[in-house]
Amino acid sequence: MSDGIGLNEQYTLHVNGEAFSVCDAWLGESLLFVLRERLGLMGSKGACEQGECGSCSVLVAGELVCSCLVLAASATDQPIVTIEGVAPLGSPSDVQQAFVDAGAVQCGFCTPGLIMATHSLLERTASPTESEIREELSGNVCRCTGYGRIIDAVQRVAVNRRSAVQ
Amino acid sequence: MTVLVPTSLDAALRALDAAPDAMILAGGTDAMVEINAGHRRPTNVISMNRVAELRSWTYDPVGAMVRIGAGVTYAELMKSPLAELLPALAEAARTVGSPQIRHAGTLGGNLGTCSPAGDGLPVLAALNAVVHLASSAGERSVPVSEFMVGVKRNSRHPNELIAAITLPVLDGWQGYSKIGVRNAMVIALASVCVATDNATSRVSIALGSVGPTIIRCPEAEAFADASVDFAGRCASPDVVSHFGQLAAAASRPIDDHRASADYRRHAIGVMASRLLRRAFPHE
Repeated sequence: MSDGIGLNEQYTLHVNGEAFSVCDAWLGESLLFVLRERLGLMGSKGACEQGECGSCSVLVAGELVCSCLVLAASATDQPIVTIEGVAPLGSPSDVQQAFVDAGAVQCGFCTPGLIMATHSLLERTASPTESEIREELSGNVCRCTGYGRIIDAVQRVAVNRRSAVQ
Repeated sequence: MTVLVPTSLDAALRALDAAPDAMILAGGTDAMVEINAGHRRPTNVISMNRVAELRSWTYDPVGAMVRIGAGVTYAELMKSPLAELLPALAEAARTVGSPQIRHAGTLGGNLGTCSPAGDGLPVLAALNAVVHLASSAGERSVPVSEFMVGVKRNSRHPNELIAAITLPVLDGWQGYSKIGVRNAMVIALASVCVATDNATSRVSIALGSVGPTIIRCPEAEAFADASVDFAGRCASPDVVSHFGQLAAAASRPIDDHRASADYRRHAIGVMASRLLRRAFPHE
């Protein structure tokens, strides 16, 4: 349709490079709900359902957003990247590996959201200062770590990427 | 339930004419919270996030005006060169939620929700912004002070969409200050925008979260206009202090679970004085 898309009961989501048809769904469902409950992508976590915790962070059209605040049907035909799309299973991305190496994971619930936010941060700011890291990750709540090792992990990635370039 | 994702303003307006009761979805940062909690179950939704003409802004250097499409996000307001043209709006945008919220939330959505705690709104009020409302009959322009009519209430007609906001580009210091329980991800307990205009030697101040809508403070403004030295960027300590008192006196805060009225009033005084001092750093 040239002037837009009208939806009724069925729509398509493009997640991690794959097209998924969502059928017989209530159109008021959040992207987080659809990812987890209809597409079986359990990596994005649901906690607050109001954009406070960042556990459900994904990229929609390249922007880091809380998938709980995206109406799934409104994201039709936009590229969506979830934690499952960051790296193939068994070969972690540099950010994922740095979180492991730095001990930035405790219970792990916030980790997928933090990995997404860290990838987004380092795309925009290759060498962030500690205060930039804190501000950029302020939408991701972790109740275990106290954030010290998370910041360490982000800095490790930045250092490693710089030395890889040189 | 139906969801429409129009890609042009005309298509969005036609959809709204067909379903004037539709929920208009901008960034979703307010609306989806209500839907997720089951507080709203809309029959029809019109999603505005793919309407290209609402997602850009234009600068008219001759008229010294910026027109911001309603779909421009807080993240975009923080970026250069818009941030240099409208520094107080960029500061306010930076205090909104988190990066995730700022990538989604829009200035038009801030006006649509029209919460007295909306971070963009004190800036729009201090700068005498104009809200442009589009309908299939044409465009209507309303000063932001008339657009905001109460707590989460505005003067948009059911067949209208918030299309854009125009703001003057002033020569003079301007800034935004907000207090909450932490630095990120927080709703304003009280907020203040101060803007100065060297061309007219006028100071304006608007308060957020301390009344049913944003409050301008004509007494504080008149006092500042008469008491500060624009050429030397000077204000005496007494002037700075009294400006804060007048701003606090103009606030009409309530006690609620977030803060007491007394605390909010005090915070307004402190922030107003600090902002005036930043605008006029010399004694």
